[in-house]
Amino acid sequence: MAIVSRGFSGRRSAEDTNLPPGQYLTTSFPVLSAGPTPHISLDKWEFEISDGAKSLKRFDWKTFRELPSEAINVDLHCVTRWSKLGTSWQGVSLDVLLAGLETESAYVMFYSYGDYSTNIPIRDVLNHQAWIAFKYDGTELAPEHGGPARLLVPHLYLWKSAKWVRGMRLMQHDKAGFWENLGYHMYGDPWREQRYSDD
Amino acid sequence: MAGTAVLRRLKWRTARVLDLHDETATARTIRLAVRDWPGHIAGQHVDVRLTAPDGYTAVRSYSIASTPNPDGPIEITVERLPNGEVSPYLTMELMVGDELELRGPIGGWFVWRNDQREPIQLIAGGSGIVPLMSMIRSRVLANSAVQFRLLYSVRNPGSIFYRSELEAVSATPRSIVVDYAFTRVVPKDWSRPAGRIDQNLIASTTWPANIEATYYVCGPSDFVENIADMLSRAGNRRDRIKTERFGATGGRK
Repeated sequence: MAIVSRGFSGRRSAEDTNLPPGQYLTTSFPVLSAGPTPHISLDKWEFEISDGAKSLKRFDWKTFRELPSEAINVDLHCVTRWSKLGTSWQGVSLDVLLAGLETESAYVMFYSYGDYSTNIPIRDVLNHQAWIAFKYDGTELAPEHGGPARLLVPHLYLWKSAKWVRGMRLMQHDKAGFWENLGYHMYGDPWREQRYSDD
Repeated sequence: MAGTAVLRRLKWRTARVLDLHDETATARTIRLAVRDWPGHIAGQHVDVRLTAPDGYTAVRSYSIASTPNPDGPIEITVERLPNGEVSPYLTMELMVGDELELRGPIGGWFVWRNDQREPIQLIAGGSGIVPLMSMIRSRVLANSAVQFRLLYSVRNPGSIFYRSELEAVSATPRSIVVDYAFTRVVPKDWSRPAGRIDQNLIASTTWPANIEATYYVCGPSDFVENIADMLSRAGNRRDRIKTERFGATGGRK
């Protein structure tokens, strides 16, 4: 039985009813990271796909940017409860990056410059659900928002969209990434409000 | 360190307000008796849930200010945001004896455990002092001799939280070194002009990189971004710099 807070009515708006439970709308773009922002020069940047034992594909900035990219318009939902609607990005679909690879792996660990990592089922990054984004709002992605390139998986809470992404490791079994290891949910669906491990 | 996070079920608990006191003109400390509180580690936060009579709920996260004392009440300090939904209620409406709901503790990254032995540098911007105060209080409670420094950036002398307690902990033997940066108004006879923390102030008031301190930086997003960047440029290892960002949720429409 919930405790009613005497005299509290809230400041709900009609817009909030279209958001996942427990979220509210913001128009700014807050930054949330566990440590300092890494600054990665484009001539050192790389993105690698591996199966944990061997490298399967490797891109440098030039070969990455030569891949076909697309405009992406999506809503973002952060576990810290803000949502931002209609953000526009440019990025390379994971379908393009993974094209030609055959794998029986069910999960992927994305990892970043700065030792961040996050786990996602592979079915959640296929079929136009995930991108490596390099532009936000028409300009090169700023370092504090994950530039030069970040993962974008907008149907999951934003901590899954790893900033400064550097590679992905295909895995047979699910394994916790950085925040997942610290009590956050393994999957992180905002519509089912999967914030913490048992939600 | 990361692997030792507490992965227990986070259920909503009833908390009763035991005491309220104002830290500044816009911030209030709320002391809460929480039924079956499992204890916490300095630096963790809680989710607070308010429910309107028609069932509408609003939840926000607040850092715990008090020491990790499993049997005692917990304290949070809430800064009133001008367009906030929950903070005006908590700082102006809430009364002693009221009940609300919370769950936690949450977060296993931005924490200080009292068995850590390396020197500690705390850097706070505004209400970012709250989880750092829990760390300071934990050090005092554990009677730890670990070297602590605090650099605390505030707008003016009236915006300092926990002022007399910070004076006390910086005046005892084996004490904590406390420095302030005033961004708008400085106290009388202050040696530096008002201004934001810069690389020079970092060099003169924080541990040098060769000490291999652990840094905890908490405050508004831009503040944390700038400080973490300065600490990196001063030669500190990235994995020694832990950040927690507050209040960057922008204007609620």
